Amino acid sequence: MSFHPNDVLRRGRIASLLVCGVLVFLLSAFFRAQILKNEQYSLQSEENRLRQIPTAAPRGKILDRNGKPIAENVVGYSVALLAQNEDTLRTTLTKLRSVVQLTSKQFEDAVNRFRRDRNRPTVIIQDASFDVVSVLEEHHQDFPSLLIQSAPKRIYPDGQAVGGFIGYISEINQGELAEMAKDGYKAGQLIGKAGLEKQYEKDLRGREGVQFVEVDAHNRIVPNGRAREDVTPAEGPTLQTNIDLDLQEYMHTLFADTIEAGAIAMVPQTGEVLAMYSSPAVDPNRWVGGVPAAYFDSLLKDPRKPLYNKVLQSKQPPGSTFKLATSVMALQDSLITFETHMPQACSGYYYFGNRTWHCWKKEGHGNVNLFGAIAQSCDVYFYQLGQKLTLTRIVAGGVGLNFDKRSGIDLPEESKSEFPNALPDYFNKKYGARGWTPGEKELNLAIGQGENSQTILNMAKFYSALATDGTEPVPMIRKGEPKKGAKMALAPDQLALLRKAMAGVLQAGGTAAASAIKGIAVAGKTGTAQTLRFSKTNGKPLYWAWFAGMAPADAPKIVVVVMFPDVEFEGSTAAGFATKIIERYLHTKVDDASIERTG
Amino acid sequence: MKAGRRINVDLPLIFAALAITIFGLSIVFSAGQTDFRSPATGAWKAQMIWAVVGIGGAFAVSRASVRLIEWLTVPAYLFTLALLLALLVGLGSGAGTATSTAGWLTIAGHRLGQPSELAKLTVVLMLARVLAQNRIAPRSITELWKPMIVAGAPFLLIVAQGDLGTSIVFAGIFFAMLFWAGVPWQVLVMIAAPVISLILGFDPMIWGAFFLLFLALLLWYKPYLWEALLVTAIVVVTGVAGPLLWEHMPTYRQNRLKVFLDPSVDPRGSGYHVIQSITAIGSGGWFGAGYLHGPQKRLAFLPEQYTDFIFAVVGEELGFIGVMIALALFLFLFLRVIRIAERANDSFSSLVAFGLLASWFSHVLENVGMTVSVMPVTGIPLPFFSYGGSFMLACWLSVGILARISSEGRGGPAGPLRV
Repeated sequence: MSFHPNDVLRRGRIASLLVCGVLVFLLSAFFRAQILKNEQYSLQSEENRLRQIPTAAPRGKILDRNGKPIAENVVGYSVALLAQNEDTLRTTLTKLRSVVQLTSKQFEDAVNRFRRDRNRPTVIIQDASFDVVSVLEEHHQDFPSLLIQSAPKRIYPDGQAVGGFIGYISEINQGELAEMAKDGYKAGQLIGKAGLEKQYEKDLRGREGVQFVEVDAHNRIVPNGRAREDVTPAEGPTLQTNIDLDLQEYMHTLFADTIEAGAIAMVPQTGEVLAMYSSPAVDPNRWVGGVPAAYFDSLLKDPRKPLYNKVLQSKQPPGSTFKLATSVMALQDSLITFETHMPQACSGYYYFGNRTWHCWKKEGHGNVNLFGAIAQSCDVYFYQLGQKLTLTRIVAGGVGLNFDKRSGIDLPEESKSEFPNALPDYFNKKYGARGWTPGEKELNLAIGQGENSQTILNMAKFYSALATDGTEPVPMIRKGEPKKGAKMALAPDQLALLRKAMAGVLQAGGTAAASAIKGIAVAGKTGTAQTLRFSKTNGKPLYWAWFAGMAPADAPKIVVVVMFPDVEFEGSTAAGFATKIIERYLHTKVDDASIERTG
Repeated sequence: MKAGRRINVDLPLIFAALAITIFGLSIVFSAGQTDFRSPATGAWKAQMIWAVVGIGGAFAVSRASVRLIEWLTVPAYLFTLALLLALLVGLGSGAGTATSTAGWLTIAGHRLGQPSELAKLTVVLMLARVLAQNRIAPRSITELWKPMIVAGAPFLLIVAQGDLGTSIVFAGIFFAMLFWAGVPWQVLVMIAAPVISLILGFDPMIWGAFFLLFLALLLWYKPYLWEALLVTAIVVVTGVAGPLLWEHMPTYRQNRLKVFLDPSVDPRGSGYHVIQSITAIGSGGWFGAGYLHGPQKRLAFLPEQYTDFIFAVVGEELGFIGVMIALALFLFLFLRVIRIAERANDSFSSLVAFGLLASWFSHVLENVGMTVSVMPVTGIPLPFFSYGGSFMLACWLSVGILARISSEGRGGPAGPLRV
């Protein structure tokens, strides 16, 4: 061992230099991390601890024409979890079950939400009751990753009354997300799923806010953590509608959900939809935040099909309400005038093609002109008018009056009405080339039976044209510039005479004379189409009972169409409901002076 | 000087060690201040007790003469070997970053301590004893068979536990002490060559270059022929065996080495520790987030924040300035110990002093280096900082021995610090 002092000092020098060198090297590594790359690591440290929690924005309110709320928001609570992975999520959910009730659907939904978007907090209860929230607040220590946020809750103050058009909102699903992600929609957000809420989703949508919370490595939320300032959510714009809530509520009480029916009330000149009701109605409030399974089941099982919208989706033969269309075609072609009689007077039946074609009135209407034929709804008159028109003209005329199209209302669920639109292909396709004769089709279509299925909405649009200068309005629920459709080629005086004829329906001798209202001249037309089904209780035939009407007859301010499917009564009874709606509207909304004048 | 009668206290040494200990204790306390309770929360109390026990132990040791320590060396060394053997027969269990290893002596479920901490001390003593017997410095590998066995036996036992980090410390101690004993650097290179060859074996080009340089060294230094041939043979074998050995390495250790080269390979697994540590340090900037306020630590993103990664808390909370102060304190301590080794009264004392320095130094290099990702992640604690009783005790016993050596040294402990 060489321990000569000189050797030791030499080695000591080397060792000292080595130690210094290594520590300087280490220090340089710190300098690089702390000074040169400080920004990068500071950002990463912030990313570690700060979570951006989206805060739901209230949707825009939906108001009726007088500013009364159809849809608004109240304060609600949502419960969400910051989960690290699926295992911790499941563990926490299981643990939560010992404190609050969680259905297995809520459990699985939460897991699915987590899979869809891991970066957003996983919503467990979308609309938690105050009780649940207070229980969870009590146990907050046990669930440090739980996030209770105030979340605006959608309510529809009139509930069922507006169920026919308002739709509902619910959580965006995977398919919708794929489509709407480009517009900035994110998993977990609530969107309009039907009706007005869906139609104007992008207009009603609010701007989501951001809440910053500080979390630790296990996603536990630090109470009063050192986070950034929150961005408050912004409520969506208000949607003004043409709906008259008073009339809407009146329809709700009128039909009382005991009967299957659909009804619409419109301003004929502008297409403003005043009210629209499908009975029995669904309660949109119960759909918010997920429809309860039991309620949904009861709706599905109800034979009156509450989920099937009678105004928008249901289509059925218009029956005698179509006779006005037949009349319009004949008048357009100058085949007849209002005074024209048919070759054969009505004796209650009509022979054609080795068959007896009955009039609805067994004893017959006798010899009537167009006024009488409309007022009394004489089938025999219109059989002959149909023959005069020929099938080619009826089909072309129906298409010309848009009976094979949608009305174009601003709602997503409207069905397309059905009417033959190509001769002879339409019938050939349906019955085969030898399965039909043009003759019987002429008779059937002329009285609104046969291959003619109309929505209430489409009929309302046609009657609105009759109520004005012949221009079809596009039915609109949102308030705005009216949209005009096609205009039928008919002189104003002829339209006035048609209204006069329709006014006869509610006068003595007319089919709906019993439904006349004092002080208001109502014009309209009943319709009774055979369903070829029979009542299960008494074996009586079931009808589609229609009434399409307008008032005041000389200058209509409102058009109302009602329809009852599968009922034992006829269009004359339907008329009673329609005139009540008209009466309600004109008495409350229109100044009495004008009504007195028209009376 | 008459040993034991009058002790000249090496105040710079004591103050440096005390300052570092207080610094360390305050960081252990801070490490426990998390937003949600963690095992670190109460650790500072236990650590304080261990520091007091350690300082007491240091005082006791400093009363014993170096000759007594020298006399105790052989039994202490054999006892250490016995403990290490006991771990292998099933009394060991893991903890901390080194959870996968079995370094804790455990009897009936109670962890009694880590024999490898004791081994670092006794191996230094034993190496010093063996090396001090040589009148002239060994100039060939053959002459080094004794120190190789002394360091090799515990080294292999610790490798067998799976504790790579501690075995690296042993290598550091071994080479440092051979250097201090005057072994020529060429011989050190020859001893280290097989390991270097093992590492470089992954790249044939680099290995080839290394091999040529190695041959040149042999031609220049001209060791015994058979020694040169043997080492060359081993170098060739390890160069070939390296890649094969890699395949048989446990995955966790493979990952640690891979992650050392690029932590982002496995950010949630093996790379997690390093990424969180360097994030904590990097976010500290010049002055840090403030004592007790480091978010990475506070929110449990930084793992092992009171044991192996405690230095990241220094970086995060006290910034670059804090890191400089900590490293400056260590530098002061190291230079002081080098000076003690230089001035020691006899070769045994000198070698002990330098061996203890090497032990501390390799701990600091590996631990601090690991937190900034310039060293691979191993379960090596930071002297005077990391929470852990046996290590704190061992560190202060070392201080006690150094104080004694210093007081027996030529010219006493006084004298200006010389770099």
